[in-house]
Amino acid sequence: MAPAPGTPDPDAILDLRGVDKAFNGVSVLEGVDFSLRAGEIMALIGENGAGKSTLMRIVTGIITADRATTMTWRGGPAGFATPRRAMDAGIAMIHQELNLLPHLTVAENIGLGREPLTRLGLIDRARLRRDAAALLARLRQPIDVDRPVGTLSVGQQQMVEIARALSLDARLLIMDEPTDALTDVETAVLFEVIRGLKAEGKGIVYISHRLGEIFTLCDSVTVLRDGRTVHRGPVAELDEATLIRHMVGRAITDQYPYLACPPGPERLAVEGVSAEGVRDVSFTAAGGEIVGFAGLMGAGRTELGKAIFGASPLRAGRIRVDGQEVRLRHPRDGITAGIAYVPEDRKAEGLIQPHSIRTNMSLAALARFCRPGGVIRRADERAAVDRFMAAFAVRARGIGAEVRTLSGGNQQKVSLAKALMLSPRVVILDEPTRGVDVGARREIYGLINELKAGGLCILLMSSDMPELLGLSDRILVMAGGRLTGRFARGEATQEAIMARAVG
Amino acid sequence: MNAPLQVLSRNKPLIGLIVLMTAVAVMSPSFLTVDNLLNILRQTSINAVIAVGMTYVILSGGIDLSVGSVLALCGAVCAWLVAGDVSVWLAISLTLLLGAGLGAMNGAVVGFGGVQPFVATLVAMTMLRGATLVFTDGRPITTGTGAGADAFWSVGGGYVAGIPVPVVIAALVFTVFGLVLTRTRFGRYTYAVGGNEVVARLSGIRVGVQKVAIYGVAGLLAALAGVILTARLESAQPTAGAGYELDAIAAVVVGGTSLAGGRGTLFGTLVGALIIGVLNNALNLMDVSSYYQMIAKGAVILLAVLADGRRSQ
Ligand SMILES: Nc1ncnc2c1ncn2[C@@H]1O[C@H](COP(=O)(O)OP(=O)(O)OP(=O)(O)O)[C@@H](O)[C@H]1O
Ligand SMILES: [Mg+2]
Repeated sequence: MAPAPGTPDPDAILDLRGVDKAFNGVSVLEGVDFSLRAGEIMALIGENGAGKSTLMRIVTGIITADRATTMTWRGGPAGFATPRRAMDAGIAMIHQELNLLPHLTVAENIGLGREPLTRLGLIDRARLRRDAAALLARLRQPIDVDRPVGTLSVGQQQMVEIARALSLDARLLIMDEPTDALTDVETAVLFEVIRGLKAEGKGIVYISHRLGEIFTLCDSVTVLRDGRTVHRGPVAELDEATLIRHMVGRAITDQYPYLACPPGPERLAVEGVSAEGVRDVSFTAAGGEIVGFAGLMGAGRTELGKAIFGASPLRAGRIRVDGQEVRLRHPRDGITAGIAYVPEDRKAEGLIQPHSIRTNMSLAALARFCRPGGVIRRADERAAVDRFMAAFAVRARGIGAEVRTLSGGNQQKVSLAKALMLSPRVVILDEPTRGVDVGARREIYGLINELKAGGLCILLMSSDMPELLGLSDRILVMAGGRLTGRFARGEATQEAIMARAVG
Repeated sequence: MNAPLQVLSRNKPLIGLIVLMTAVAVMSPSFLTVDNLLNILRQTSINAVIAVGMTYVILSGGIDLSVGSVLALCGAVCAWLVAGDVSVWLAISLTLLLGAGLGAMNGAVVGFGGVQPFVATLVAMTMLRGATLVFTDGRPITTGTGAGADAFWSVGGGYVAGIPVPVVIAALVFTVFGLVLTRTRFGRYTYAVGGNEVVARLSGIRVGVQKVAIYGVAGLLAALAGVILTARLESAQPTAGAGYELDAIAAVVVGGTSLAGGRGTLFGTLVGALIIGVLNNALNLMDVSSYYQMIAKGAVILLAVLADGRRSQ
């Protein structure tokens, strides 16, 4: 059991006390305490930007602490100078943002840097593939090990990332939001694997914004708020409301606020649409309505979203917006038709990481800030960006801050703001709260509901079941690229949806 | 820290330029004279004009190796037009249009054909050099003694208010294209395409069209450089511009623009072009042989690229 803040734990294998870290003079961690025992699953939670990833990046030697009273790992010093040394000491981490090489195959990615060699010193490809396949089998992922990673869905890539971390056979495995792109089925498998590691006496640090998971999986919890440790203790002594209060400093009631709206006229009609990964899908959606899409990984939800937006070509079928048929050959056609799309992979598809918040947020909607001839009215642009920064409560140094320096949740808010700046008629949200904390989620849900009240038609693709059930007016279930179930709000239950999703 | 110091600390190339100029001024008394400084600006102006287009291309994540050949072919066509008594302005306009068209073809091969920019423009470099040799029959084309020849000469050799015309042109090019880059949608899209092509596409940008336009700008400015050079020499050499692509790339990279695309400024390129100009001038003043000059230039570029590598980590 974890001790109260400040008191040392004699049984800890990892013990950090008084850790300080600042970036460019801005303090991110202040006197953080964190410890973990062998065979313990420790939840590390906190709002976006609280410093969870930063703390764990210190443990894995990616960055170094500015100061610390104690940092020990299995009795020895823990402040590793490089990731390689931390890895050699038995510490592995699954990072929050995907870190795979898209052009290499699944097997190559899993074995990267530790390729088995033949006696001639060449890479033993057969063994590389066999090892990779075995790891994926353990995760029950029937992914072809010869596929380039770039062709996999985000969830599948996440599983590959997990397989790579497992292959290190570490004594301490840090998982930074491993499930944010996984659906319930994959999550359950992952939990089984994690419990197996626990039984082997390994230490696990588990970071997640899905609070339900903390209660199902974890033994103890450490809560960070604004770079300080505000709570440490066993999970069994807490309930969700208390946990939230520790995280955000206030109570959040009504986590998934449903807004009942009188349904408006039909906005979007999708008729017999087929595309890459999508087969013969038909549905309609009205203004002021949230249509949720459930399904397992690879069910075709993302592909459907991309087809409706014009990002992937239609093979068959028609799409109408406000009764008008639209021809979609490029995302620009989707935007012109009043459709906006928030991609699930914000790093690869949503935002330009080394560019500023400002240029990212206004990129899609830039035309509305331009005089004829394309000169940007910068004051207008700035005002709009400022407005969204405030509405979404984005935490950053300023609108000139590079997106890559933001915490994951804040990046997600920028990505959402970018789409909504188009004032669309239909918005496709693919995992809109991936990596977003409870407080900010609540804000985002509030915003989504406001847009809904304003007559926006919202397609919500989410693998977070409580979110889907909580917000949607209707839920459509997909499996193998087809629609396999339709539920009205109230009829939909987790079990009923799962039954259809498995196909 | 006060404001000028802050500007400096964020502009390492500018510090480099100031340090370099100070050092040269100490070593060679004839360096800091108005004549010599104007001379440096005039010599730098051709590379600077090409480097502006190169900045656009590199910001978009590409590279253009064909600028030297575009310069040569356009210079030859311009000389031929002027010699053929076409009015100077028409000759220049047609030449610029040709350059833009040749660049746009590069852009189409890259943007729609999906060919690597390095390969596409290497091919263009070879083919256009060949075309120049065919067009000129391997001999220089003089601008002749016709009515427009004198007026044409002033584009390369004349002065406005004591400042060489090429310098004025380069200053205009930097101003106009600098504003386009920072103040217009076209500029933002250029950065976006180089920053992340997938994101750019999903943001509604027609990436292929944008690339056609970007390489078109590079071609246009290479043609402009060809016009200046031809005017100054009163003739077009079929081998003109060979190796100029390297000087332009060097100016861009020394100026801090990332070869990976998406990051950099035109101001940096201006400083980069000046660093290379001052370096050449200093080595000349100090009587260093041109063989050593090449080594020195290479070393400066290597330093800049190493600095870029560290920055992006
Ligand atoms: N390289 C960096 N440069 C500047 N600031 C940084 C850098 N990395 C992180 N930060 C800042 O440090 C703070 C903590 O970030 P961190 O990524 O640790 O948050 P987090 O708790 O993991 O949040 P999330 O739940 O959103 O992932 C944030 O305010 C972030 O903007
Ligand atoms: Mg994080």
